[in-house]
Amino acid sequence: MNLIISYPNRVALYTILRKETTRFLRIWTQTLLPSAITSTLYFIIFGKLIGSQIQPIHGVSYMQYIVPGLVMQAIMLNAYSNTSSSFFGAKFSRSVEEMLVSSMPDLTIMLGYTAGGALRGILTGCIVLMISMLFTHIHIQSFTIVILMAVLSALLFSLGGLINAIFAKKFDDVSFVPTFILTPLTYLGGIFFSISQLSPFWQKVALLNPILNIVDTFRQGMLGTSDIDVRFGFLLVTVLFLILIGWCMMLLRRGTGLRT
Amino acid sequence: MYALEVNHLHKTYANGLVALKDINLTVPEGDFFALLGKNGAGKSTTIGILCSLVNKTSGKIKIFGHDMDKQLYAAKSCIGVVPQEFNFNPFEKISQIVINQAGYYGVPWRVACQRAEKYLKKLGLWEKRHQPAMRLSGGMKRRLMIVRALMNEPPLLVLDEPTAGVDIELRHGLWEFLTELNNSGTTIILTTHYLEEAEHLCRHVAIIDHGKIIEDAPMKSLIQQLHVQTLVLDIAAPLDDAPKLEGIKCRQLDKTTLEIELNITQTINVLFAALNKAGITVVSLRQKINRLEELFVRLTQPAGVSS
Ligand SMILES: Nc1ncnc2c1ncn2[C@@H]1O[C@H](COP(=O)(O)OP(=O)(O)O)[C@@H](O)[C@H]1O
Ligand SMILES: [Mg+2]
Repeated sequence: MNLIISYPNRVALYTILRKETTRFLRIWTQTLLPSAITSTLYFIIFGKLIGSQIQPIHGVSYMQYIVPGLVMQAIMLNAYSNTSSSFFGAKFSRSVEEMLVSSMPDLTIMLGYTAGGALRGILTGCIVLMISMLFTHIHIQSFTIVILMAVLSALLFSLGGLINAIFAKKFDDVSFVPTFILTPLTYLGGIFFSISQLSPFWQKVALLNPILNIVDTFRQGMLGTSDIDVRFGFLLVTVLFLILIGWCMMLLRRGTGLRT
Repeated sequence: MYALEVNHLHKTYANGLVALKDINLTVPEGDFFALLGKNGAGKSTTIGILCSLVNKTSGKIKIFGHDMDKQLYAAKSCIGVVPQEFNFNPFEKISQIVINQAGYYGVPWRVACQRAEKYLKKLGLWEKRHQPAMRLSGGMKRRLMIVRALMNEPPLLVLDEPTAGVDIELRHGLWEFLTELNNSGTTIILTTHYLEEAEHLCRHVAIIDHGKIIEDAPMKSLIQQLHVQTLVLDIAAPLDDAPKLEGIKCRQLDKTTLEIELNITQTINVLFAALNKAGITVVSLRQKINRLEELFVRLTQPAGVSS
């Protein structure tokens, strides 16, 4: 614990956080704007145009129903791509060596990047939520669930992006997971539909998708309606997060992809 | 107190290449130490291990008494490193690069700003502080990395070929700066393949060849080890044959140029006495190669080839 709390390590942690935050704020047209635009389009097309012809799901309008999923999607994808592109960029320019030679522990590097990515995830999530307010009224049912789930998911996906960047050898390697794994899983993750609309078999299959569990837990907090037990959602995110922490620390200690 | 102790250091890269074979080095505090070797000898690998960018295969390293296996962070905080290749983000501003580096070492922001000003001014980069690093010239980039390495005010500064590709004027400026830094107490280790640089700056030299230390001695004694020196003379009057000089090896390069080899017991006075006797007028004289270079060539010659 001393590793995090000691004064020099707090300074180091703050340095990474400041660097990461200035980075994504400076290039906001690439980091914050895209989510704002796509979510606006979703609200117009799915929410307004198509949604007006769809029955309410679990008693909420379709427009309201898609808000939590789109907010969570923004959180997950932005948190992930922030650390993966920023840390891979540092590897690519070799400026990551500035951190590796310094006296800060690996743990601080992990915490700093993870927190930095999570910050961008949460910020874009807030932007999407604010945009949704232009289209519909959301009465948040449980702030505790919403905030906890937003923070935990942001941290989880941010850390996932870091691990991706540690393994990545070229730029293609950092876009692979978001494009071919995360995005499909988010669309299958119940942003636009409730699994109660699926046949029993496909319901079981859909539940294997961790993102569906996350989105649904988040929706419970926001709208008070979900298909799963929120306790399971939290357990899942926490367990996955702990696994990734252990994995990431092991990679950093070994120097995988960083030290020869 | 030793600034650096390296014991039985071995490194085998993942591809099986054996880069270091049983390296042993000690560098006393306050020393100015050169690690000399040809390209591919293992200098950067050694430096990489010291600053933990390269994982060692086996061996023990202590930096100011801190064992890198047991007190890694204490050891790392004692060392500043200037790598051979540029390794900063070219889009980042110079002031940001150096202030962030200080932050990684836990130096508070206010102190970091003061140090940045001090060292950027000292190395002539202060005017450029708001520019992205990619706008700097090669020599300036090198100096940026030196400023960056000084941000934690390390008692041990390690530079990997700091003057490679730097023009002569700048090189001398750098030498002056490093000497000044060393005089104020910082232990300096540099790697180089310019022998002149080592001879000019350093008090101790270790020569590394094919991953082994083949010589480790004070600069003075190393130079004294030289048994021969080769001189090239330009003479006034053309000669058809090489002149016979008593007890001195002489070879004719062309009609007006002679190559003379003197052993350690022969002084230049002896040579001139012999030349006078032979009635030869010398217009100019120079050493064929730097003496250290001569030693280097001898030491790094594969066994059997040396005569
Ligand atoms: N990452 C690496 N993987 C495999 N071999 C390497 C690596 N880095 C350096 N080498 C090899 O190790 C040897 C020593 O290299 P290096 O330490 O860079 O030499 P120097 O700095 O003295 O020129 C060379 O043969 C080089 O090709
Ligand atoms: Mg080298």
